[in-house]
Amino acid sequence: MPQRYVVARVGDIPTNGSKAATVAGREIAIFDLDGEYFALANRCPHEGGPLCQGRRTALFESKRPGTFVTSRPGEMLRCPWHGWEFDIRTGRSYCDPDKMGARAFGVTVEPGARLVEGPYQAEIFPVSLDDNYIVVEI
Amino acid sequence: MTVSGAIDCDVHPALANTDALLPYLDEYWREMVAIRTVENLDLGSYPPAVPLAGRPDWRPQRGKPGSDLALLQRDALDAFGTRFAICNTLYGGPYLPNDDFAAALARAMNDWTTKEWLDRDPRLRASIVIAPENPELAVDEINRVAPDRRFVQIMVLAAGERPLGKRSYWPIYRAAEKHGLPIGIHAGSSFRHPPTSLGWGSYYLEDYVAHAQSFQSQLLSLVAEGVFVEFPLLKVVLIESGITWLPAFLWRFDKTWRGIRTETPWVDRPPTQIVRDHVRLTLQPVDEPPEQARFERLLDHIGSEDMILFSTDYPHWQFDGGDVLPEGLSPQHRRKIMIDNPLQTYPRLAETRQEAVT
Ligand code: FES
Repeated sequence: MPQRYVVARVGDIPTNGSKAATVAGREIAIFDLDGEYFALANRCPHEGGPLCQGRRTALFESKRPGTFVTSRPGEMLRCPWHGWEFDIRTGRSYCDPDKMGARAFGVTVEPGARLVEGPYQAEIFPVSLDDNYIVVEI
Repeated sequence: MTVSGAIDCDVHPALANTDALLPYLDEYWREMVAIRTVENLDLGSYPPAVPLAGRPDWRPQRGKPGSDLALLQRDALDAFGTRFAICNTLYGGPYLPNDDFAAALARAMNDWTTKEWLDRDPRLRASIVIAPENPELAVDEINRVAPDRRFVQIMVLAAGERPLGKRSYWPIYRAAEKHGLPIGIHAGSSFRHPPTSLGWGSYYLEDYVAHAQSFQSQLLSLVAEGVFVEFPLLKVVLIESGITWLPAFLWRFDKTWRGIRTETPWVDRPPTQIVRDHVRLTLQPVDEPPEQARFERLLDHIGSEDMILFSTDYPHWQFDGGDVLPEGLSPQHRRKIMIDNPLQTYPRLAETRQEAVT
């Protein structure tokens, strides 16, 4: 049965920034994409690089040599260790999408007032009634 | 041990010297051959006197190994039950620094090949020789020769002026694709650059072994520059490249691509897959230890049974007797290497084969 964890206060993660949190003994990387949130295991499936520190880029593709097509700005994450790319929405790698990916977790935003009713784990910090919180399902 | 009806994808008819091309040159270039003293333009990569250049029992009484049609027929064609053999004549003429002279010699070589070899044995096929450093002239030559369907490939040397993936060479690939001709990259250097990336070695041994580096660099260039994206029907055959270096090279290529692929976003799948689809290698000289079943394991590493093409590399001394195939090949692999893979690679062979049957 998946549990839901409060990992950050909305506003704690800068726009298009990221934050690592340890929840239930796991390192999770949470990403803001223009106010939308995504969470991936903070361990690159290659050799464990901290994905949270990766550079965010657009998706770069090409139809012909010498031409460059840019889409989905900020939605690709480049592992800081060896540069493999991951889709922050799904965790799938570019190089081997079917076999290689970072585990993705469901994220929601919940008002503090609802959180105090439970059943949420807020093991990281106290929840105040007036704020909104990022909740990850693990 | 061989299969009858084999297709030998690399034999080397030898051109005695530039004088042998005189009947195929116009008056201006005939005169230039005389006054510029270019009688011998043998490639430094294959000095005729080194043992490798001619198997002892294949050497003629006089002249270069590979210069005698009757011997080639007996030792290369009859001996292996060969249905077709692709002639790749190696000569330095097309690599002269003078574009016009180089193109004139390439053209003469193709006419010499037609007259002195193709017209004299119906089993012979050939590569179109081009002077690649002037792609415009090279394309003219391809267009001139390609209507003769006995020419089944376009040949360049593994080490010329620049990496072969560069866009300046693309007109050649466009013509190759249009005519259904693979590009054969043959071991050898114009020696514009040292044969190793470190500079000049001291020995022939170093030059010859280092060819594998040139082939790696060419494959890197062709894939990274996107040649197979631009020309999706193009096939490249590495001739006399050796084989065992390929799996390790591909592992390295794939691995590095994963982290740096945004530099070349047109390379949109692992390089190994691209190479499997587009690249073939001739068998001899097969650089594999002779233990039973090693070669099958190598094919496993490469991950494709379609990539190796039978060749004797006649008259080069790569093996003795009839020992042209590696140990331990299954009958089905043998058939693929000797017949099916060459037919797939060279569509013109299949076409002439059909004609012969009907
Ligand atoms: S650890 Fe992430 S790419 Fe190697």
